[in-house]
Amino acid sequence: MQLTGAQALIKSLEMQGVEVMFGLPGGAILPVYDPIIDSSIRHILVRHEQGAGHMAEGYAMVTGRPGVAMVTSGPGATNIVTPLSNAYMDSTPLVVISGQVATQSIGTDAFQECDITGVTIGITKHNWLIKDVDDIPRVVAAAFHVATTGRPGPVLIDMPKDISNSPMEWYWPTSVEDLDLPGYHPVTDGDPAMVRAAAELVLAAERPVIYAGGGILKARAAAPLRELAERTGIPVVTTLMARGSFPDSHELCLGMPGMHGNYTAVTALQRSDLLIALGSRFDDRVTGKIDAFAPEAKVVHVDIDPAELGKVRRADVGIAGDCRLVLQELLGALEALGLPGGGEPVAGSPAEGRPPMGPWWDRLHEWQERFPLHYREPEGGAIKPEMVVETLRDASPVDSVVVAGVGQHQMWASQYWRFDYPYTWVNSGGAGTMGFAVPAAVGAKVGRPDRTVWAIDGDGCFQMTAQELVTATAEQIPIKVAILNNAYLGMVRQWQEMFYGERYSEVYLSPDLPDYVKWAEAMGCVGLRAESPEEVAPVIEKANGIDDRPVVIDFRTDAFEKVFPMVPAGASNDAIVVHPDQEGRPR
Amino acid sequence: MSVTGLSGRHGAAPRHHILSVLVENKAGVLSRVAGLFSRRGFNIYSLAVAPTDEDERFSRITIVVDVESAPLEQVVQQLDKLINVVSISQLAPSEAIEGELLLATVAVGPTERSQVIQLVGVFGGEVVNVGGDQLTVMLAGRPEKIDDFEGLLENYEVIELQRTGRVALPKLERQPTRSRPIAGAAG
Repeated sequence: MQLTGAQALIKSLEMQGVEVMFGLPGGAILPVYDPIIDSSIRHILVRHEQGAGHMAEGYAMVTGRPGVAMVTSGPGATNIVTPLSNAYMDSTPLVVISGQVATQSIGTDAFQECDITGVTIGITKHNWLIKDVDDIPRVVAAAFHVATTGRPGPVLIDMPKDISNSPMEWYWPTSVEDLDLPGYHPVTDGDPAMVRAAAELVLAAERPVIYAGGGILKARAAAPLRELAERTGIPVVTTLMARGSFPDSHELCLGMPGMHGNYTAVTALQRSDLLIALGSRFDDRVTGKIDAFAPEAKVVHVDIDPAELGKVRRADVGIAGDCRLVLQELLGALEALGLPGGGEPVAGSPAEGRPPMGPWWDRLHEWQERFPLHYREPEGGAIKPEMVVETLRDASPVDSVVVAGVGQHQMWASQYWRFDYPYTWVNSGGAGTMGFAVPAAVGAKVGRPDRTVWAIDGDGCFQMTAQELVTATAEQIPIKVAILNNAYLGMVRQWQEMFYGERYSEVYLSPDLPDYVKWAEAMGCVGLRAESPEEVAPVIEKANGIDDRPVVIDFRTDAFEKVFPMVPAGASNDAIVVHPDQEGRPR
Repeated sequence: MSVTGLSGRHGAAPRHHILSVLVENKAGVLSRVAGLFSRRGFNIYSLAVAPTDEDERFSRITIVVDVESAPLEQVVQQLDKLINVVSISQLAPSEAIEGELLLATVAVGPTERSQVIQLVGVFGGEVVNVGGDQLTVMLAGRPEKIDDFEGLLENYEVIELQRTGRVALPKLERQPTRSRPIAGAAG
C-alpha cells in the first residue's frame, strides 16, 4: 500500500492507539492535517500551541497514556517548548509532532524555520528529525516506545514538509528490535540482593518513613505501596507529584512534605532513621537545605532512572527499577524475612525482633495534634482561599480531578483537597509553569469525561492561558475553573512580604481588570462570582450543577493570605515556619 | 581557551577519567553529548570522535572527564540516558594507554630554525611544513610527552597550536583487557 508521508504519520498514530490529539495547523504541517479529516483520531483545535502541549500533559496524567500534540514549524514549535520542558521535569509521556521546512530549505533561515530538535535536545527524552519518508512508521513507533517506557517523558518528531508529501510503501514495525534503538534498554525489575538488603533495613528501622514520589503513579504502584504501608505500619508522605498515590484519609498518611508541606510530614522526614524513597528524586523543594535534610536517616531509594540514585543524596540501598515491580519484590522479601501480609511477624523469624512502630507514631500524632494545617476564619468580608478549596472539596464528587497552576493556589489546593484516589491531581511540579491549569484541565476532561474536573487557578495564571476556554466551549469540554482571585501574583507577593521587607515590586494585578465573569461569558462559559464567604457554597453548588459548558468562578479572596507552613528557600527543613497563630505553642 | 591553559590542565589532570563512549553514528549525536555536559555542569578536558572500524553504524567518542566537577557515576548514568549512547567503558588513567597529536606553527629566525628542528628530533616528532620564516611541526605521543614538548615550544614564538585531545585504549598486561563496560546493558 502506497501512502504519503503525511498519511503514514497519521496511520502510525492510529496504529499506536491514539484516540485524541491536540494541535494547531500551519504552513509546514499542512500536509499532515489533510489526512486527519479521514482519521478516527479526534483532533482538538487549540487557540495557542502551548495549550496543546499542556492539554496533552493533562490527558496523559489522568489516563497514563501518552499525550499527543501537533504543531507547525518555527513559532508553532517554539510555543510548545514550555510544555515539553514541563513534561520533561514531571516525567509525563508526550509525543509532539512539529512541522519543519522542506529538507532542501533546512539551514537557510527559511520562513518559519527553527531548529526545534536543537532547541529541545535538553528538554526531551529524545527527538527525531525525519529525513527519509520510509523512516516514519519506525520513528513513530520508537517515539511512543521511548516516551512510555523506562522513566516516561516527552519526545518530539520533526517532519519536514517535503517528507510529508513524499510517497512511501506502508509497513509497521512488529517488534522492539525493529525500532533501531540499540542504546535503549530501560531497567524494569530490581536486583534481588539489593531488594533483600532494603527489606532488612525496613525491618531494622525505628523511625521509618515512606517518601512516595511521582514514580508511584507512573508505575501504577499505588496498590503495592498501600500493601507495604499497611503490612509494616510505616507512615507515608506523598510529594506534590504523588498526591493521591496513597489516600489522604488513610491513618498511615501524613500528607505532603516540602516547602509548603504540613509540619508532621516535613518533620517526620527530618527525624526519620530510614527514608524509603519510592519514585521520588530528593527535589530541593522537598529536602530544603540538602546538607541538613534527614540527617539521621539511612536511605533506600527505588527509581527507574539509575541516574537518580545518588544524584542528590547518597543511597544506602539504591535499586534501579520500576516501582511496582520492585515493591512486589520487596513485599516478597519481607515475607521471606517473616513479615507476611497482615503484618504479624512470624515467630522465630528475623521480623519478630523488629522495633515497634508505636513510639514513632506517638511522636507523629503529637505533631499532628499540635501543628495541623491551619488558617484563620474570615473576619468581615474577605474570602479565605483555603476555605474555597475546602468547600469545593466537600461539594464535589470524591473522585473529582483537581488541576492547578503554579503558586499559592496550587499549594492550597494540594494542602486542603483530600486526595484519596490516584490520578486525580494534575499540576506542574518540577517546572512550575504558570498557566498550566486551564489547558491541562481541558486535557484531563478529554481523558476522563466521566469525572468532574475542577481547575483551581490563580488570577495571574488564568490570564496566561485562559483563551483555551474557547477551545473547551467549542469542543464541548465542560471543565470548571475556580479562580482564587487575590489580585496579586500571590506567591511572589508572599516572598516580597516575608523576605524583601514588604517592598512589593510588580506583583499587583487588579481584582476586576479583567472582569473575569465577562471574559468567561465572552468565551462561551458560564461566569460566576463570589465576593463574600456566604456566597462561596451556593456559587459552587450552582457550578457543580452545570455540565453542558465550562464554568468559571471568580472568587474574590483575601489578598493578604499567605501559605503556611513554609520552609524558607535554602533553609533547613528544621526552620519550618508555621502559621503565626501556632507560633506561641510549644514545639 | 588559551593554549597554555589547555596545556596546564592536561599536565596536572590529577582527577581525570577517560570514558570511551560508543554512540550511534547519527546526525546531532555529538551535540547531544556535548550539550549534556554543559547542561549538567560536568567539565571535560577533551573530547575526540572517530568512526569505529567494526561497524559503520557506530562512532566512538573518547571523553576525558573532570571528576572533580561531578561524580563519575553520575556522569556515566546521565550519559547512558541518551538514547543514541550504546555503551560506555571507563578507563582509569593508570589502566590506559593514552595518545594525542599536536600540530604547531612556530616563527623561526636563522638561529631558532635549527633549535626547533633539533627539539622536534629529540621528541621523535616531525617537521611537516617549512616556510620562509616558519615551521609547522607535528608530534604524536602520550599526553605528558605532548605537554613537555608544548612547554618547551613556548620558548619560541608559537603562531598557532592545536591538540586533538586524547584517545585511549586499555593497557595490555597479563589480562587481555582492563576495559570495563559500566553501562549500556541496562539503562
